[in-house]
Amino acid sequence: MEALINRLEALLAENSIFTLQTLSYYGEGLSTTVQLVFISLLIGLVAAVPLAIGRGSKRRFIKWPIFAYTYVFRGTPLLIQLYLIYYGVVFVDGIQETWLWVLLKEPFVPALVAFTLNTAAYTTEIFHGAIKATPKGEIEAARAYGMSPALTLRRIVLPSAFRRALPAYGNEVIFMLHASAIASVVTIMDLTGAARFVYARFYAPFDAFLFVAAIYLCLTFAILYLFRYLEKKLLAHLQPMT
Amino acid sequence: MTRLMPSNTMKKVLSLSILSLAVAATSAQARDYDEIRIGVDVPYEPMEYRTPDGELTGFDIDLGNALCAEIGIQCEWVVQGWDGIIPGLMARKYDAIMSSMTINDERREQVLFSEPYFTPPSAWFAPATSELEETTEASLEDLTIGVQRGTLQDNYVTDMYGDVADVNRYATADDMVLDMEAERLDILFLDYPVGKATLLDSNNRNYKVIGDMITEPKAYFGDGFGIAFRQRDEALAEKFNDALESLEEDGTYDEIHQRYFGEE
Amino acid sequence: MLDLHGYGPRLLEGAGVTITLALLALALAIVLGLITASAKMSRSWLAHRIATFYTTVIRGVPDLVLMMLLFFGGQIGVNVITDFLYYEFDIDIFININAFVAGVVTIGLIFGAYMGETFRGAFMAVDQGQVEAGKAYGMSDALVFRRIRFPLMMRHALPGLSNNWMVLLKTTALVSVIGLSDMVRVAAEASKATREPFVFMMTVAVIYLLIASVSEWIFARLQKRYNIGYGEAD
Repeated sequence: MEALINRLEALLAENSIFTLQTLSYYGEGLSTTVQLVFISLLIGLVAAVPLAIGRGSKRRFIKWPIFAYTYVFRGTPLLIQLYLIYYGVVFVDGIQETWLWVLLKEPFVPALVAFTLNTAAYTTEIFHGAIKATPKGEIEAARAYGMSPALTLRRIVLPSAFRRALPAYGNEVIFMLHASAIASVVTIMDLTGAARFVYARFYAPFDAFLFVAAIYLCLTFAILYLFRYLEKKLLAHLQPMT
Repeated sequence: MTRLMPSNTMKKVLSLSILSLAVAATSAQARDYDEIRIGVDVPYEPMEYRTPDGELTGFDIDLGNALCAEIGIQCEWVVQGWDGIIPGLMARKYDAIMSSMTINDERREQVLFSEPYFTPPSAWFAPATSELEETTEASLEDLTIGVQRGTLQDNYVTDMYGDVADVNRYATADDMVLDMEAERLDILFLDYPVGKATLLDSNNRNYKVIGDMITEPKAYFGDGFGIAFRQRDEALAEKFNDALESLEEDGTYDEIHQRYFGEE
Repeated sequence: MLDLHGYGPRLLEGAGVTITLALLALALAIVLGLITASAKMSRSWLAHRIATFYTTVIRGVPDLVLMMLLFFGGQIGVNVITDFLYYEFDIDIFININAFVAGVVTIGLIFGAYMGETFRGAFMAVDQGQVEAGKAYGMSDALVFRRIRFPLMMRHALPGLSNNWMVLLKTTALVSVIGLSDMVRVAAEASKATREPFVFMMTVAVIYLLIASVSEWIFARLQKRYNIGYGEAD
């Protein structure tokens, strides 16, 4: 390990921008970006399942609020949602005195809330579409077996909807990764934040932004291949026989 | 009729996009400087900011206009975000920068500076309730410090305290003040006159200065504010230096100084 | 009542900037998308490779990073050329990559890549029989494109186009970060000055939803027009 660091340092001694210190900014930025994106996707995914089921409900008082939520969050820029939550919470009277402030004080949590609400809205619509596309025959078959509606949902509808939703959800994951770049606007030192810092310090836009673009590109490819692998495994039964 | 629609729209769309590219390229700049454009980043009260109806004002603006009048040229102000302000000068978006820019060696490599026209210290600002008495590595540990991205204050804080404290970097000074009011920041570090105007004077909440005014080390804090020019525009810089000298002699400088900083 | 503290006119101006920017970027994206789609369908190995490289890279990097690269970096790149002209030939031109141009070009570039995919799929869905029929009538290739391929392709491309436009519209908000006074930036400034973020951010959100609803209506009308002759059979 020691030797590795020494060799890296020797390599970096050649240039003035990518020192060990600035690289550590990128490193921390990478970890922040991954945390932000991963946690918000995870919570968003869990929340989207009941929301998607409710979105397809026949009861208006369940269906309409969910529709309104997804309509607003999908119809407006994430940046506005972020501003609203980051600057908005401050003006809730007395928030600074509550325990919540410990969380909301850091820019990370407001950003996480905004990202989660946003991805949950998109994911809800993706799942809703996938559930709607369930072949009637599958449901009828389940009924014929005497399954209750709840059991049909759990055993038949949801598993097949998840598989159908996989490609669209893969796009959503990539979309969130890219959208997370705006976290730097509210002082979070994510990958883009690190690049902006390096740019402002050294007036070196190409070095700062091309480097970070390459990292994002690698992350995008990693997600792409992960989903391709998942599709291959989970959707194998849908592939034409050869 | 219906059939022709798409190709007509396409033509319009095409000509619009060509138009937009043509707008991007403007040519022919006067070389003898009957009129020059000056880049400035707002708001940075009291140095440069806007009145509610959008008018530019502040110490730099008034002094800059007085300098232009003295030289006898037309001046136009161009607003530009701080992190693009030096590249903008290089790109000839404007011919000078007068925007509370501290003269230091790092920047001297990029631009040509006038003589310093103002030398403010930097200072630490915290809520009046803060128990901080001095700023050391130990006392700042785990606190959140606010700075404006890419400023000498950013460089200083990052190098001195970046390892022990959280540094939040902002695009503009007012973003920073807002987060200070929201209690997201424990302390912030900026040019003293700006902190005085935005936090001490015009705020119903109470803030105070922690510790001494800071002007050292010179490697960070440089030699005061200067007007920046492109390296090759030595003649222009010379004109501004001469004008600055005459304004200092005839009392105009003091009058403008009085207007924004009062008695000190 | 809604009190905008005198920021109303500036917000409206900002909305104008947002819409102009979005429309210009859309125009650029459509042009790039058509070029990319033709390149991807062409037999030229090189054109295919370039188009694939373009769509892959653009879709792999965040919009904001591309925008900053172009806004901050593009200027320096352009300066190298103009400085060369200045010192070598004493030609003093300056090309200004301002936030508006950077915004239009970046958003156009990004959505050109997405449009490319949309158009490619749509062109491939065009019934070859109709193209053959046009040729049999003695139409030139250009005429076949204008009268047959393009209108037929649009029927398939419109849903994707509409989708891309909705995303593009929201992406314009990012130009506020590089300093352009679009409606998001005006709203952000106003929220900070008046300390009333809810009022201004909500107003802008409603304007976005309005623009989106109007666009939806327009696209529905267009879809109807391009679907002429299909409705009954489906």
